[in-house]
Amino acid sequence: MWDVVSQYGMVFLVGNYPHGPLGGLAMTVTLSVCGLVATFPLAVAVALCRTGGIPWLRAGARAFVMGVRTMPLLLVVFWIYYFLPTVIGVPISAFATILLAIVVYQTAYLSEVIRAAIEALPKGQLEAARSLGLKYVPTTFRVILPQALYNCVPGMINQFITIIKETSLGYTIALQEVTYAGNEVNSILLIRPLEVFGVVAVLYFTLCFTLSRLSRGVETRISRTRGLVGE
Amino acid sequence: MVAELIEGYQVVLSDPYLSFVLTGVGNTLLLFSVSWVTAVPIALALVMLRSSRVSGLRIFSVWYVEYHRNIPLLVQVLIWYFAIPVVLPPPVNDFINRHGSEIIYATIALGLFSAAYMAEDIRGGIRAIPRGQYDAASAIGLSYVGTMTWVILPQALRLSAVPMVGQTLILFKITSLASVIGVGELIFQARQIESETFRVFQAFSVVTLCYMVGAFTIMSVGGAIARRVQLTRR
Repeated sequence: MWDVVSQYGMVFLVGNYPHGPLGGLAMTVTLSVCGLVATFPLAVAVALCRTGGIPWLRAGARAFVMGVRTMPLLLVVFWIYYFLPTVIGVPISAFATILLAIVVYQTAYLSEVIRAAIEALPKGQLEAARSLGLKYVPTTFRVILPQALYNCVPGMINQFITIIKETSLGYTIALQEVTYAGNEVNSILLIRPLEVFGVVAVLYFTLCFTLSRLSRGVETRISRTRGLVGE
Repeated sequence: MVAELIEGYQVVLSDPYLSFVLTGVGNTLLLFSVSWVTAVPIALALVMLRSSRVSGLRIFSVWYVEYHRNIPLLVQVLIWYFAIPVVLPPPVNDFINRHGSEIIYATIALGLFSAAYMAEDIRGGIRAIPRGQYDAASAIGLSYVGTMTWVILPQALRLSAVPMVGQTLILFKITSLASVIGVGELIFQARQIESETFRVFQAFSVVTLCYMVGAFTIMSVGGAIARRVQLTRR
């Protein structure tokens, strides 16, 4: 395994960069971070639509979440990669395809995490804000969301882990992330698939496992502070 | 424009392409059902191992779950398809190759992957059972196995019914990843039809509809079962 790492380590980490496009683990992380950053505001918006009092927004948000839940992510990727260009008239890059697919998909899933956190807040918070004379917008943005979003940080980290794993679908449309890099190295070496995919697995595992431990730590911390404050 | 759209559907929904779609439905259902049936007993075994007195078995169960949860399923599928055959003895390889290596490895990968997640769902159910149930079971003289079989699991499985339905839906959707190694399931067939007829919209929309029908069936049937098995609230 070591000679594979020493010879092709850089391909796994950064792809062909600086002689070619950025790839490997660096691409996976870049794509995941972009995905989370782009998804977050949309997911908050969908969660607010679902918990808000406007019937058609509620129904629309619900239909969107339900619709996404019935579709495999790979199907979303292919819809964007093969069909979207025929509508907009310009080809779409593999990076943009995966990013868009993750944003569409995770907006639905992350909005459910945020909605659960909003609904888990004690009702007294909303009532207290209302009785202080706060309208919907200040109640939401200064009372409800700061608490709900803080409480669902572990859930968001878990969603981020899911996003990291989902970027591996870039492999199917030749986006040069770490799974694709693994496949590239494998097709050069041909007879060492166990070592090559072992390296890929170790890279994902290290990244995701660390984050999942972080999520668990944050969860304990939050429940402790929340417990001290009392509800 | 509308005529063109309908004409496209006529092409996609008549032979030879209709049989592509039907083969895809068949393979997707095959992957889904076989890997579900594989996953559930493995999940139960993992949960049992997790509370075993032998520390080696406990550690195995923990790391099995961590491995499958922290590596993308696609990578697991590639490992099964490209790397595992290298270490298997030739007679086993021959046997697998004769019976369609793609679908066999895809089913194994999907089954083992889902087992890890289902084990976590069941464990969540077990953790929700109050301590008193164990004490009561041992007070009436039940062994560990008896306690689990007659007291804990019947309650825990009911509690984990809802997350299990969710996991079943996920399993149905991720069978799509088998297309990556060339299993002729729905998405693979959609790509095939699309590249032969250039009817991208029609090919993908037919397949999308198939997934939606399957997903809604799982949600409604699974939901009904999950409601049915719930104990009445005390």
